[in-house]
Amino acid sequence: MTTGLAETRTVSDRRNELRVFQWIVLVTLLKPFSNLFLAWGMRGLPLPAATHPVALLQALIDPLVAIGVCMQIAWLLMRMSLLSQADLSFILPVTAAGYVISTFLGRVVLHEQVSLTRWIGAILISAGAALVASSRRMTSQPAGAGQ
Amino acid sequence: MKWLLLTLVILPAVVGDLLQSREMKLAANPAASLPGALRVLRLIAARRYLLLSMLCMAVSFFAFLALVQTEPISFAVPASAGTFVLETLLARVWLKERASPRKILGTLVVFGGLLLVAR
Repeated sequence: MTTGLAETRTVSDRRNELRVFQWIVLVTLLKPFSNLFLAWGMRGLPLPAATHPVALLQALIDPLVAIGVCMQIAWLLMRMSLLSQADLSFILPVTAAGYVISTFLGRVVLHEQVSLTRWIGAILISAGAALVASSRRMTSQPAGAGQ
Repeated sequence: MKWLLLTLVILPAVVGDLLQSREMKLAANPAASLPGALRVLRLIAARRYLLLSMLCMAVSFFAFLALVQTEPISFAVPASAGTFVLETLLARVWLKERASPRKILGTLVVFGGLLLVAR
């Protein structure tokens, strides 16, 4: 009886771990892919958004940009959901790989020229972001707290 | 232009994050009995700097859109990690948060990566 319960728990734990792993993969990939769609959509616009701010509003109705925005919203919601299932200190370092994945997508999908220096830079940024994200959370009172 | 846009991506995001962090700490959970979304809406209504932080996020997002229109995402996305460096620095100076050695090391590694990406 006890063995049966333990086995059921182990199977349930494994299923849960697998589900968390699937969510982490999805969350890690969703952000770089959303950036890809944003870049893809923006490059198809006729006006440069930097000098024609109206182009930014036009961008929001562009299908590719809209997909990118929806993916960013989905990423935010999924990340929040994931936070309820796994520790922040585990999720953040893993999802920091997004910087390298974005660089990879830029190279493969958008055919960008990526120098070795930039690859090393992106890898360092991911590693550094993972280090920052995995540092122990401390809560300290800000100046003027409680006013 | 790319450095101006990158600055517009990073600075408002940093200000937005810091304002959000400060306001959420000052708010000290005043409406804990309300469900999640309502609690956040009530907080936003009560704390105008939270609204300002969202405005900052919007500016950062639109600047990012303009940046990826002309610059490769292999530059724009990693370079936007400059927020890590500034946030760590300003959180220490403005919010008086303590930074662990690991966080300082991570920030320096990000900074080194940024220098390489910017070359």
